[in-house]
Amino acid sequence: MSVEIKAVEIKPLRNTFTNVAELIGGDKPASRYQEATLGVQATTNMHYRPTWEPEFELFDPRRSAIQMHEWYGLKDPRQLYYASWTIQRAKEQETQEANFDFVESRCLHLSLSDDVKKLALDVLLPLRHAAWGANMNNNELCSRAFSEVLISPAIMQAMDNLGIAQYLTRLGLLLDEPEVLDAAKAEWMTGEAWQPLRHMIEDSFVIRDFMEIFLVQNFVFDGLLYPLIYDRFVDDTLTSRGGSAVAMLTSFMPMWFGQSSKWVDGVLKVAVAESEQNKALISQWTNTWRDRAVAALTPIAAMAFGKTQETMLNEVVEQFNARAKKLGIAA
Amino acid sequence: MDMKATKKKLGIKERYAHMTRGLGWEPTYQPADAVFPYDKYEGIKIHDWDKWVDPFRLTMDAYWKYQGEKDRKLYAVIDAFAQNNGHLNITDARYLSAIKLFWQGVSPLENYVVQGFARAGRHFRGEASRVACQMQAVDELRHYQTQAHSISNYNKYYNGFHSQRHMWDRVWYLSVPKSFGEDALTAGPFEFLIAISFSFEYVLTNLLFVPFMSGAAYNGDMSTVTFGFSAQSDESRHMTLGIEAIKFLLEQDPANVPIVQGWIDKWFWRGSKVLALVGMMMDYMLPKRVMSWKEAWEIYAEENGGALFRDLARYGIRPPKGWADACEAKDHISHQVWLLFYEYGGAAAFHTWSLTNEELDWLSAKYPDSFDKYYRPRLEFLRDKHARGERVYQSTLPTLCTTCQIPLCFTEPGDPTKISHRETVYEDEKYVFCSVHCQEIFCNEPEKFVQSWLPVNQIYQGNCFNPDVDPTAPDFDPLKAVLEYFKYNLGRDNGEFEGSEDQRNFAMWRGQASKN
Repeated sequence: MSVEIKAVEIKPLRNTFTNVAELIGGDKPASRYQEATLGVQATTNMHYRPTWEPEFELFDPRRSAIQMHEWYGLKDPRQLYYASWTIQRAKEQETQEANFDFVESRCLHLSLSDDVKKLALDVLLPLRHAAWGANMNNNELCSRAFSEVLISPAIMQAMDNLGIAQYLTRLGLLLDEPEVLDAAKAEWMTGEAWQPLRHMIEDSFVIRDFMEIFLVQNFVFDGLLYPLIYDRFVDDTLTSRGGSAVAMLTSFMPMWFGQSSKWVDGVLKVAVAESEQNKALISQWTNTWRDRAVAALTPIAAMAFGKTQETMLNEVVEQFNARAKKLGIAA
Repeated sequence: MDMKATKKKLGIKERYAHMTRGLGWEPTYQPADAVFPYDKYEGIKIHDWDKWVDPFRLTMDAYWKYQGEKDRKLYAVIDAFAQNNGHLNITDARYLSAIKLFWQGVSPLENYVVQGFARAGRHFRGEASRVACQMQAVDELRHYQTQAHSISNYNKYYNGFHSQRHMWDRVWYLSVPKSFGEDALTAGPFEFLIAISFSFEYVLTNLLFVPFMSGAAYNGDMSTVTFGFSAQSDESRHMTLGIEAIKFLLEQDPANVPIVQGWIDKWFWRGSKVLALVGMMMDYMLPKRVMSWKEAWEIYAEENGGALFRDLARYGIRPPKGWADACEAKDHISHQVWLLFYEYGGAAAFHTWSLTNEELDWLSAKYPDSFDKYYRPRLEFLRDKHARGERVYQSTLPTLCTTCQIPLCFTEPGDPTKISHRETVYEDEKYVFCSVHCQEIFCNEPEKFVQSWLPVNQIYQGNCFNPDVDPTAPDFDPLKAVLEYFKYNLGRDNGEFEGSEDQRNFAMWRGQASKN
């Protein structure tokens, strides 16, 4: 039996804002994601050229070589807007916090064998800098992107990257003394195994095309790094050697990667399908940066997996190529 | 098991440093100037980014926890407001004009600065300053989006809310905040920070954000006021960033002082012009008034701002150049701007109206030195004409100030009967200004301000008609064509409140909800 409370009903004059209606096929009830995002960024009659980049207008799609007849087609399948993002992250943070508490209260971090602990720290701690690099690239993406449908998820992604860098920092502080962070940074700066990765990330800092930044960081770098490190290294290698505490302390990361991949795939799929020209460019970027990233991850895979490194890396690359293919990328 | 002695406990400061500045590194494979190309050309010298004091030590885990909690509560209220026709609880349908003005003219600025803070959050060399800017970037995203979701319900039932983005890019009075925001966004990252974080967030927020939110509280607008309360803690973080930023810049190098002073002069004045719109809202649009614009100015600008500039004197900073003139204007600007909008009411996407005697008396009491002498007689004259069926609508286009883009309606300092007007010739072109300070801003950066997209000039050049209109047609009505280019629903969005659709609907729906 249903209970129905009556409220005074007033017929609305319209359902949504015109900038939203134009993009959803007319005046229909719109979701919070749509009202927060669609058609929001200013598009015309701009007053001044940027003093920092006078060759472009303040808001300018020409900051990418990718061309779209409608940039708002690059929607986020997660439909995240600030409130849904922060509420979801708050829940996930609660789980992650409980994991930290659980590990600490039961002294699981002390039960790691010395070599497992060392391996975990050697591989994971320098990656806090890689996460910071991701944060830089997503801030750059946010500041340069055209259309709110990219700007809005980009800043949330940047903050997620910062959160991940901070979770890795907390992991270091829990497993060992603060000095391990300095040691890991020294490795990041001069350790042989880390130089190709750092070199590649620094090269990504000077990319100016916002769609290339989007692709390089969120598709290629993350798309290879997260499956390699969190699925294969943390969840398989470390766990099989009694390091499941580490998996608990990083449980946020693979879960987050699964979510952010939905966004990345959603955007790329539409951009590729738009034109042969987009497809060619995206394929070229993907191939170039994938090969570079695989080379950069090779010494890290050696450190993480020893003699199974090739299998592990190959699996990850195959998985990545299959994902690219599904998106219509010629990889 | 190998049990170790208790580990070193890190202090909050050290721990936070590991969570932020410890993450960054000096690039070696790319030149630092290629990775951070924008932080030198403004002439600001930073010797040691580590001297930046973290204004609030917030890590992402704590950020998500606080913000998630706040948004859960906020959206519960927004939902309840929509479900229970909360819009019928506002004092009076005239109040809607105040939130229309906010939605049309302020919310887009919140969205603008997301990209500005993301740029600063990427391009300063110091990691700690970057993290602070990034948090503000994502906060500003929150503010725009929560405003969109609060206003969404009003848009369903009332006019003037529907085409915010379209109007922002085109409408004459919205070019005032638009040019303000674009001036800041097109500036270098340090000027952006002084413009928004210091001059706007720190010095002027209490004159922008607070009056609108208090206005909402006084006028039964549960949705907006809940947003306001929810944003308060974000705003205090933003203010803290503003004061930290200026102290950091001033302490880094004495050569920064004159540059920063120039920006303070510029942005205080630009901000005070944008605030003229708020003054009008406070004195005229709120059926239940919070305080007069003049009182707000005295508390928040003169008292608080005065104390701030006394504090900054030790760095060699003096109060902004336009300070005395802005203080004198507190007796006038709200009335001058309301009269402007009343007379150009046909071209504004909100309603204007005649004041009741009681409201005129309130203004007489609040403005003993100016209202009865200069403004009350004009308002009564306009009201009488309206009563005789001759509602005044100006249809000639006004002259705009090249810098602040407000029509020339402000008066000379010292003479409230004389419209203030300045001119400068630059490369054989004549440029007009509302004040000596706007003129000076232009003269300091003429190559920037000659680019101003001035709506009136654009209308004259024929750039403000929809592509399908034919200006040579015999029945061509240029004013109507411009308003259509603005996407106004003519007769519904604009003009006199008395007899408007908003007024009728509100009365009818309230009756439906409160009578049998």
